[in-house]
Amino acid sequence: MKSNTFKMMTIALLVAVVSVNCDNNDDTNNNQVALDFSGTFVQQDQMARPAINTVFIASGQPKDDFNAAIPSAMGAKYQSVFQSRLMALNPNFTTNALGQTAAQFTGLLATDVINVSKTGTTTFFDGTNVLTGRALADDVIDVELLLIFGGSTGASNPGLTSDNVNANDKAFGNSFPYLATAW
Amino acid sequence: MKKTKMILGLSLVAVSGLILVAADHIDAPAVTGNAADITDVYTFQGQDTNNLVFAVNTQGLLSPNATAAAVFNENVMIEINIDNTGDNVEDLVIQAVKRDDKMYFFGPVAPGTTGISSTIKTAAASGSVTISSYGASGLTAEKNGMKFFAGPRDDPFFFDLGQFKAILGGTASGFNNPGVDTFAGTNVLSVVVEVPKAMLGNSSTLNVWAETKKKQ
Repeated sequence: MKSNTFKMMTIALLVAVVSVNCDNNDDTNNNQVALDFSGTFVQQDQMARPAINTVFIASGQPKDDFNAAIPSAMGAKYQSVFQSRLMALNPNFTTNALGQTAAQFTGLLATDVINVSKTGTTTFFDGTNVLTGRALADDVIDVELLLIFGGSTGASNPGLTSDNVNANDKAFGNSFPYLATAW
Repeated sequence: MKKTKMILGLSLVAVSGLILVAADHIDAPAVTGNAADITDVYTFQGQDTNNLVFAVNTQGLLSPNATAAAVFNENVMIEINIDNTGDNVEDLVIQAVKRDDKMYFFGPVAPGTTGISSTIKTAAASGSVTISSYGASGLTAEKNGMKFFAGPRDDPFFFDLGQFKAILGGTASGFNNPGVDTFAGTNVLSVVVEVPKAMLGNSSTLNVWAETKKKQ
């Protein structure tokens, strides 16, 4: 692994010296050598799954604290906070459509990472695959509303389980950079 | 725009902490409205299914009029964290930071230290791209199988935030059909990077998150 990294770095350096980016000229390539990337950078914001901080963490300082937390420390610190918030949002919560109890569901959510498959479909939820990535067109809010309010069959609280906004207001591209041009 | 943001901010304070503000738009006092505020993170398979795409959006709810003036901050590094061992500790990072008119990318590479403090892994420079300007066609760059983009994009997030606020505030009992996309017609500043899966280790799954980190 070490030697692979070293090889990759060597290749990257060689290519950097030899090649010219499509949007670079030689001058700017030379400039990169002189650019200053020094210093220590400290975490300001952290995010993975959509809406987690904003739904489950109280406004103000608690949100800043969550943003400054690292995922490996979140579960222990935030699971019970998330569970209290879940029960405040939906006092009748027993299990969700994934069969999770309040403790299991909030245990998953409290560690704020996106679980990603490297071997197949990447989606928040597409009817078959669950939490294998987050694609641009995924209706993540409906998934979260369903899991918070929909009960074990997804049929509870029908007025709260979809916001009835099911797609973006611009079509996404099929090729890089995929996101639509600005308004 | 400033005014809209202020009014929105005040009404949010008024309706207390249960408010869902976009995916993470208008997030927390320390980052709201500045370059460190991450609105959304996406990770998905590329057009070439041998690749994964990471998109990190910042500075949400930019109106078209405000978008040209929105800029990345040279003191704020955007870091994509990748855990490929299942312990929710980053094994690889991809770092993006602005210098002049370009976004420079480093990694995927093992971080110097894990956790809240980072240094830029300059020995692992992977490429750069000229930051796209508002209203001009998007600029992309490609190097060693990686692709790079930085600049304004339509906010891909969609949600009837207004109605959700009304529900939590007790003035509505459910969503409308059809709903109204609060984020329609608004922009974000995006960083998008596409990476061959082979550069991300041998695991079949990853845990991914984004961070903004500010130079001290």
